[in-house]
Amino acid sequence: MNIVLDIFTIAAVSAGAFVFMAGTVGLLRFPDELTRLHALTKADNLGLGLIVFGLLPQMDNMFAALKLISVWLLVQFSGAMVTQLIARTIRRGMNA
Amino acid sequence: MNVVMLFGICAAVLVGLGLFGLIVRPHPLRKILALNVLSSGVFLLFGVIARRGTAAGLGGDPVPQAMVITGIVVAFSSTAMAVALVLRLFKESGAVTLDVAEAEPAKRDGG
Amino acid sequence: MTMDIVFDIGLVALLISIAVWSIVARDAFSAIMIFMVYGLLLSLAWVRLAAVDIALTEAAIGAGVTGMLLLNALARLRMTGSDAAPAALPLRIAAGVLCMLVSAALSALVLFPSGEPTTLAPAVMARLGESGLENPVAGVLFVFRSLDTLLEKVVLLLALLAVWSLAPDGLWGGIPGLRVFAEKKSVLVFLAQTLPPIGIMVAIYMCWVGASEPGGAFQGGAVLAAMWILVMVAGLRKVPSIDSQSVRLAMAVGPVVFLAIGIAGIFVANSFLAYPSDYAKPLIVVIEATLTLSIGVTLGLLAAGPPEKVQQP
Repeated sequence: MNIVLDIFTIAAVSAGAFVFMAGTVGLLRFPDELTRLHALTKADNLGLGLIVFGLLPQMDNMFAALKLISVWLLVQFSGAMVTQLIARTIRRGMNA
Repeated sequence: MNVVMLFGICAAVLVGLGLFGLIVRPHPLRKILALNVLSSGVFLLFGVIARRGTAAGLGGDPVPQAMVITGIVVAFSSTAMAVALVLRLFKESGAVTLDVAEAEPAKRDGG
Repeated sequence: MTMDIVFDIGLVALLISIAVWSIVARDAFSAIMIFMVYGLLLSLAWVRLAAVDIALTEAAIGAGVTGMLLLNALARLRMTGSDAAPAALPLRIAAGVLCMLVSAALSALVLFPSGEPTTLAPAVMARLGESGLENPVAGVLFVFRSLDTLLEKVVLLLALLAVWSLAPDGLWGGIPGLRVFAEKKSVLVFLAQTLPPIGIMVAIYMCWVGASEPGGAFQGGAVLAAMWILVMVAGLRKVPSIDSQSVRLAMAVGPVVFLAIGIAGIFVANSFLAYPSDYAKPLIVVIEATLTLSIGVTLGLLAAGPPEKVQQP
């Protein structure tokens, strides 16, 4: 059973790392700021979700697993808000 | 090459980098930034000393670790004080530089 | 064991390159952003050095509040053009040589240490149980070296007084000039309405759990300060004037309670800052709780800066 859980963890965390890298490639290669922002937030939320999902079997008890999930939810929430604020500033810069 | 030596070398390099930035960069905010890099290098050195002192079932010696926590808080207070000084300097002289000769032409009298 | 060292080598290489980038970056805005990233990576380094308490403090204070302070200052300085007159080449070469010598000397100290590592860990663990704490760093901070912690709190207050004293005389007692972005129905207001309850709960939890696991008053206080700054910047609460009695009371309660318990220790337990053995844990919890509140208020006010507007009567 443990070996199956370890393989699951490795697969999910690797997938998450790949998604993060895809988002970073988007950050470096996309033409303007709004598309870069889009790539970054989508990829980071999904990537963090995959990593958290992969780490869940390694936790000792339910509490620790809930803490990990709440970390992911908090990052999504605050990330979404901050992305909105940055996008609004970019649009104001474009309209000016 | 174990973790202690690796982070110790990292700490030494950071101290040198911070010192270089402090001397070379003319803008006061950049100097404050370099000072923060310098202090983080010094704290990392303390952390390496703490890690070397593994004993009694702990991962590291807790006394240097407590000193570093104190140090981080005090470093933040000195950064806040330095930033307030820079802002007041800007309000008084209108120029952001520590070089008195450059600030003379831009000086306004009063506040 | 080898995978660990590969990760450490990668982390150290990343840390050094980001620190170099922060020092040599052209404009100050990117330098400050990169410094915040550097602070977060440094927290990872602290975890690798088995110092999780320090990692929490570095992430909260070193990366978070310091970055915000510097960005605020940069916005006010209104950079017109790039840096004035970069230093001349001979100075740069001399400084570079000096700094390389300093780094080499420190590396030699680390690579060729003289003597066996001395450690106080056994001494700490031998007496830690008497105080009811399980976190050795909290034990050092509040039991074995509690004088340092008391003085550190006083240093924070003195720094705040120094920042306030930089205001022109006529503005003493006024309102700090924290830039407020108070547009109704904006995303910032929504963030400031929903995040602080969670943040306050996290701060209280960090302070409470610091007795047995990594955490403590400073980390909780930093999170509290961040929530207060968010609420002030979104305009949901007015920035208080520095005369305000409730603010001054909140700042003073931490060190005053700490000092009072310390002085009471002279009569009850034979020396300054000693705890009576049955009541050690409750007293330490009271000290940590009041200290968290004071640190939160003090850090928030340090970030807000000196007063700039006269208080409306």
